[in-house]
Parts: sequence; C-alpha cells; structure tokens
Amino acid sequence: MTIRLERDAHGQLALIDRDGQRHPGVLPVRAFPLSAPGEGVALMSTDGHELAWFDRLDELEAASRALLEDELARREFMPQVRAISGVSSFSTPCEWDVLTDRGATRFTLRSEDDIRRLVGGRLLVTDSHGIHYEVVDMKKLDRPSRRILDRFL
Amino acid sequence: MTRATPAVPLPDDLPLPWRDALAGRLAPDEAVQAWLQTDLDATLHFSASLLVLTDRRLLAADAPSATDWQSWPLAAGQRFDHVDHAGVGTLALHDAHHRLATWRYTLALNTEALRLADQHTRLIERIADPHAVHEDEDGLCPRCKAPLPPDDDECPLCERATVKPPETWALLRLWRFARPYRGRLLAGFLLTLASTAANLVPPYLTIPLMDKVLIPHQTGTRITFDAVWPYMAGLLAAALFAWALGWARTYILARVSERIGADLRTTTFDHLMGQSLEYFGGKRTGDLMARIGAETDRINVFLSLHLLDFATDVLMLFMTAVVLFSINPWLALVTLLPLPVIAWMIHTVRDRLRTGFEKVDRIWGEVTNVLADTIPGIRVVKAFAQEKRESERFAAANRRNLETNDRVNRVWSLFGPTVTLLTEVGLLFVWGFGIWQVGNDHITVGVLTAFIAYISRFYLRLDSMSRIVSVTQKAAAGAKRIFDILDHASSVPEPARPVHLEQVSGRIELRSVGFRYGNRAVLRGVDLDIAPGEFIGLVGHSGSGKSTLVNLINRFYDVSSGSIRIDGTDIRALPVAEYRRHIGLVLQEPFLFFGTIADNIAYGRPDATRDEIIAAARAAHAHEFILRLPHGYDSMVGERGQTLSGGERQRISIARALLIDPRILILDEATSAVDTATEKEIQRALDNLVQGRTTLAIAHRLSTLRKADRLVVLDRGQIVEVGQHDDLMAREGHYYRLYMAQQRQAEADAAEGVLA
Repeated sequence: MTIRLERDAHGQLALIDRDGQRHPGVLPVRAFPLSAPGEGVALMSTDGHELAWFDRLDELEAASRALLEDELARREFMPQVRAISGVSSFSTPCEWDVLTDRGATRFTLRSEDDIRRLVGGRLLVTDSHGIHYEVVDMKKLDRPSRRILDRFL
Repeated sequence: MTRATPAVPLPDDLPLPWRDALAGRLAPDEAVQAWLQTDLDATLHFSASLLVLTDRRLLAADAPSATDWQSWPLAAGQRFDHVDHAGVGTLALHDAHHRLATWRYTLALNTEALRLADQHTRLIERIADPHAVHEDEDGLCPRCKAPLPPDDDECPLCERATVKPPETWALLRLWRFARPYRGRLLAGFLLTLASTAANLVPPYLTIPLMDKVLIPHQTGTRITFDAVWPYMAGLLAAALFAWALGWARTYILARVSERIGADLRTTTFDHLMGQSLEYFGGKRTGDLMARIGAETDRINVFLSLHLLDFATDVLMLFMTAVVLFSINPWLALVTLLPLPVIAWMIHTVRDRLRTGFEKVDRIWGEVTNVLADTIPGIRVVKAFAQEKRESERFAAANRRNLETNDRVNRVWSLFGPTVTLLTEVGLLFVWGFGIWQVGNDHITVGVLTAFIAYISRFYLRLDSMSRIVSVTQKAAAGAKRIFDILDHASSVPEPARPVHLEQVSGRIELRSVGFRYGNRAVLRGVDLDIAPGEFIGLVGHSGSGKSTLVNLINRFYDVSSGSIRIDGTDIRALPVAEYRRHIGLVLQEPFLFFGTIADNIAYGRPDATRDEIIAAARAAHAHEFILRLPHGYDSMVGERGQTLSGGERQRISIARALLIDPRILILDEATSAVDTATEKEIQRALDNLVQGRTTLAIAHRLSTLRKADRLVVLDRGQIVEVGQHDDLMAREGHYYRLYMAQQRQAEADAAEGVLA
C-alpha cells in the first residue's frame, strides 16, 4: 500500500501511511524553501514529529500530490516584489509601497539588515511582522525600483 | 436611498464603505461585538474583506459592494481555530462536523483577529451556559491585557508599537549635540571672521605698493625707504594678526568638536545599552562596532577640521567678492564667472557621492562583520580546517568594498580636476580682461596684481570647498548611520509613568502570555502563578519555550500579548533597571568580564565591601579555589586573564547572583555545561542560593530539579503539565516520557562505560 493523503471535513490534511494507519492534521513542510523548493518535503504531525519524507513530490500519486501542493500553496506566503513604488525615507525604519504578484501592499522595513542577499541577485526582504518578500532578480526590476533598492544595499 | 439606521451604533473605527454596507444588513437591535478587516484572500492575494461578529451571528463579505454577504448564526459547538505560519494568520470557523469558512490576514492584524475569536468564544459559552461567570476584564487593555491607567482608555504599552519613520537630514540633527557648546562655537565663529579679514589685507596692500612705489620707479622716481616701510609693516602686522587669530580659532573649535564627538559616542553607546536583546539578536557585532567606533570618529574629524575650513572658505569667498567689487565691479564679475558652473557641478555630484559613501560604509561594516564572526569562532574554524574559506570570505567582502569604492572614486576623481580646470580657465579670463582694461587705462597695474593675488586665493578656496563635498557626504552618511541607532526606540521601553516597588516579595503572575519571534509564535497562552519563595522547575524539549519564558520574566524581551506581574504590578510599569535589581541570573555559559575575580563577583553591586564579596564567594563554594589562585581575589579573569574551568566560572557567577541578594532567581541550565562531579559542587552552591527566593530553574537533567516545589512542563510554547515529580510520574504524561527517555539514555551511557 502506498502513502495517501486526504482532506477531512474540517479542512485538515490526513495521511494514510503504508500500514493503512491514519494520521489526521498533518502539515507539509519544505526542507529548503528558498534554495531548493522542489526537493525534500516532509509531513509533520501536529506534535511536530516527522511522519513521512519525500525526496521529490512526484513520488506521490497524482491526487495526493495535488492535495499536498494545494496545502503548500495555502501555507506559503512569500509575495514577489515586481516594483517598488516608493519608500517613506531612506533611513530605517521606513515604509515601503510595493507592487507584488499578489497585489499592492505597504510594509515597514525595520532595518537594512532585514534585507538578505541570496545567490544570483535574489533578495529576501523581511518586514516588521516577519513576512518575507522576495525579489527574484534585482537586475530585472525597473530602474526607479532598482534605484530605491540600491540605497538600502 | 433609504438606509436603516441600527439602534445600536456601529463601532467608530469601522471604515466608511463597510459602515454603509453593513448598516443596512443588521437587525435594529443587533450589536456589533467585534470586526476584522482582513487583508488577504483565500489565494493569499492582497485584498480586503470583512468579518463581523454581532451578538447573534457572524457576517462576512469580500467587498463593500458585494451582495452575497455570508451569515452564520451563533450556535453551540461553533468555534474558531487560529493558526499562523510564515507571517500569515488563518482563522477557520468550524462547527461540530465541518469547517465552515476560513479567513486569512497578515500578522499585522493578529491582535484584532484574536480579539474577535476570543469574543466569539465568550458568546458561544454564554449560549451553552447563560450564567457563566467571566473574569472581569475591566481596567485591562483589550490587546495586551496590561492594566490601563486609571482614567485612560488608551493603553500606554500598545501605543508605542507604532513605528514612526525618522526625519532625514542627518547632519543638521547633530546640532542637538552642538547645543551645549554654542557659546564657544560663537566665539570660534567670530574669531574665524576676524582672521579671515586679516588674511585679506596683504593683497590689498599690493595696490599702493605697485602703483605708488614700483611703477613710478620704472618711470624714473627712486624708491625711498619712507614710502615702503608703512606697507611692509602693514603686511607683517596682518600676517601676525592672522596667525594669532587662526591659532585661537583652531584651538577653540577643535576642542569643541572633540567634545561633541565624545558626547555623540557616549550617547550612542548609552542608547545601545538600553536596547533589548531582540535588537542585539538582529544586529551584527562588527557593524555596530564600526558605527560607534569609526563613524563617530569620522563625524568628529569632519566637525573639527573640514567644517571649520568650510566656514572659513565661505567667509573668504564672500569677503573677497565684496573687496573685488569695491575695487572694480567689471573685473570682479569676470572673476566670479566660473562660480555658478562649479555650484551646479557640486549639486549634481553630491547626491551620487552621498549614496556612494553610504554604501561604502555599509560594506565596510560587512568587512568588520567577517572579523567579528571569525575571531571569536577561531577554534571552530581551525578544527574544521576552514581557514582558507574564511580568508576567501574576507577577501570577497574586501573585494566588494573595493568595487564600491572604485565606483565612488570614478565620480570623485573626475570632480576635483574639473574644478581645477575651471579655475584655471577663470584665471585666463581675468588675465585677458585685465590686460585689456589696463591697455585702455581703465585700471592700474596695481589693481590687476591685487586681483590676481585675490583670485588665486579665491580659487584655492573653491578647490578646497569642492573637496569638502566628499568629506561632508561621508560625514552625512556616518551621521545617518549613527542616528539609525539613536532613532531606534528600545523594544523594552522605560515606562512613561513608572511605578516604584520598595519591597518585592517575589510573587510572579503570568497572564495569557504570548510571545512571537519574527513570524514564529514561541509562547502561547501561558498562565502561571508563582508564590513567593517557590522553586519552579521548567521542563521541556529544547525549543519548547523555556528560555524564552525566562527571558520574558527577565524583561529581556516584552511579551507580545498578555502580561507578567510581579507582586501584582505589571513589569512593564517598573523602571527596567530597578526591576532587574530584584533578579539574579545564572546562565549556562557564565560570562566573566575582563577584570579581577572580586570585580566580577561585585559586578551587580560595585559598592560591595570585601567582606561581602568573600561571604558571597564562600556561600557559592568558590572561596577555596579562589584562594588557591596566585593572586587570590585579585587574579585577573576574562579575556587574556586567568583560565578557569567551567565549574569555577559557574561558581563565580553564582557568587555574583548571591551578592545582589535578589528576591527572584533564574537558573538557565546552570549545571548542564559541566560533568557530574562538578555538577554536585555547583549544586551545593546553588542550594545556598535558592534558599528563601522565588526560583525558576531550567535544567536539561531532570534529576537536578528533584527539589523543585512544582515542575512546569512546556511543550511547543504551551504549558502542558504542572505538578510535583511524583504526581507527574504517576500521571504518565509528557513529563513521564521525558524522564523515562533520560533514564534510558543514562543507562545506555553507563552500559557503554562498562564496555569501554
């Protein structure tokens, strides 16, 4: 018997393991959400123990995989910054008005240290509430956005 | 359009479009209990929707214009589930069988969401049992559960949560530090004025020297001593005068600026010391060191040297211009021709330079960061043979430093020579125009020589003024980074209206304490009452929130929700230093400062007498080993000092805690870094310390907590069990499992020991 996933009436994900045992309320977690999101997904129990591990998501059969990806999509929130429309000040803390793939928003940057450089011109901006905003490639932003961003790097 | 106005008014702060939409939907006597404007939709895109809780139902809509409002009547068995992850909070409404709906929002709205869920729970409970008694929440802040000031609805603790972006123009803000010295600054300015004036005298004297002495000599009139000496004397007097004034001015202003720099450094450090641990957790040591060390120094040099020069230059320019115009307006006009061009150049280059220099500073911080990382961790670096990698990391940071500097220098290197070129061209104009005027007998040779003498000074000044552009921008960048520190309000602020507790009995009450670090909830809904003198053992897996709880009680951080009270007073209402005096802290890795052992023991009470220090050391079982050291209590410890073993250091830190005689004692894994034999010694020392004090102890080895009055078991940020060792063992719950796991480990270790 293979591993299977189900969604119950309370919207929770349940895992049915190889022995047919049912674990309600499992949470999918990516091991490398930034550097290798496609690899290494674990299913964690409500009390924080690992129940299953997948090196790649295609190890799962299609229906379960769709459920898993759906659950991941609901949990993962990392808006991608498309443009920076303005900042309230060039010294921190300051407010940023940004256009993201999930719509326009405004957030507070607490300090320049909250901008983390990843490989390949990728940036991760953490706001005052711990929400991460991703800049996929700094060089691909428009000129005014790049100019603003440059002042903080 | 007719609009049914509900008899019960809507909350004042409900946004306008929602008010209108909602007003028409409520029954006449329906009262809104809570509402939440979420900022995310189901697919996690930014968009607003509304969730309203009234006294009889829940209402929700995706937009004010929506016609399909959803409604759920309140019913027994209904509940809200709340989870948050990666900055997104989710409220899910369930009944006994199904999930009915979910709402999503960013954590900025978390307190509002939780308030709505709480209110909902209370209403549902009332349905089940209409006579249910609820804890009186009057006089408490609805957000953070802190007591409100007597006649105030605004919670002083919540208000500060809003961050105000600081104002810009950092250099002008330095005035705050210059104010105390304004008298001396004025004196310095007047001296500058006088010495600049004295400097302008010599070229003026060249006019009569030329026209009345030298030119007549060429046309046959002999030079007489009487005609020459007044001019020579005048030149000497002006030089002497300028020298004396310049000396006084430089001396006064350099002294003042040195003091301003020192004040700036002290203030910044003071401010830094007032910051919470959260701040230091998010900052890198190297960067902070660079800011306080190098940048205050740069500002200092700017104030003492360059600003002074700049003031002189401006004055000189202005006064020279006045003199030139008074001699010959036309020639003066030609002389001043390059000025607007230079001003324009300065303006365009300035911004690019400033951002460039800011960048250079930041990258310089990165270079120091590598140092600050590597040097303390040098044992790990060497053990894993990663010297080369660290070298490369440093080289990479250095290379980035170089690149950024190169970019700035490209702009900068062009700027200086261009100014020089412009001044040379200007000089050419003056010569040409001057010769033409002399030829037409409009001016004398003397006037032209004076002009040339003036403008060579003038252009020299212009040149140095252009140089100041870079220094000013550097200082402005430095000032900005200093004010970044100074503008950062501590997240553990001093209370606006402090309460003073004379005597503390040591009663600690935690009321629905929650704490989040970044977007991770570390503690949730922790309630605990600790009686004076009680010994509480905190138990749980690593990461269960034990240390965080202790840090909160210490007020290293402030709670995100709920409150902590000592003897009935919220700890946020007490002055921070006064409160911490009542707490003794013994850490897993005791930190000894560079100094003598006696200094280290007396760290919390520098005025302690030698007898008191010895008594504390005796009680901590440290006295004897201290006496065995070559210099006894005067032995140096800490960095570069006497090396002590882990157990010895720990006993010194216990003596340190004993000496301040705190009512509350916190032991954070005080014995886990040492072997079992040393642990016994430390344990004996701790037994002395614990007596009669409210004690919170975290220990990995559960056996060390046998003496605790109560054990509190934490799991993933919540209290799961409270009780004595025997009770908890009998209950066979979390504690039992932890204990048995450790027993097995200990047996396995023992068995391995036998085999080895």
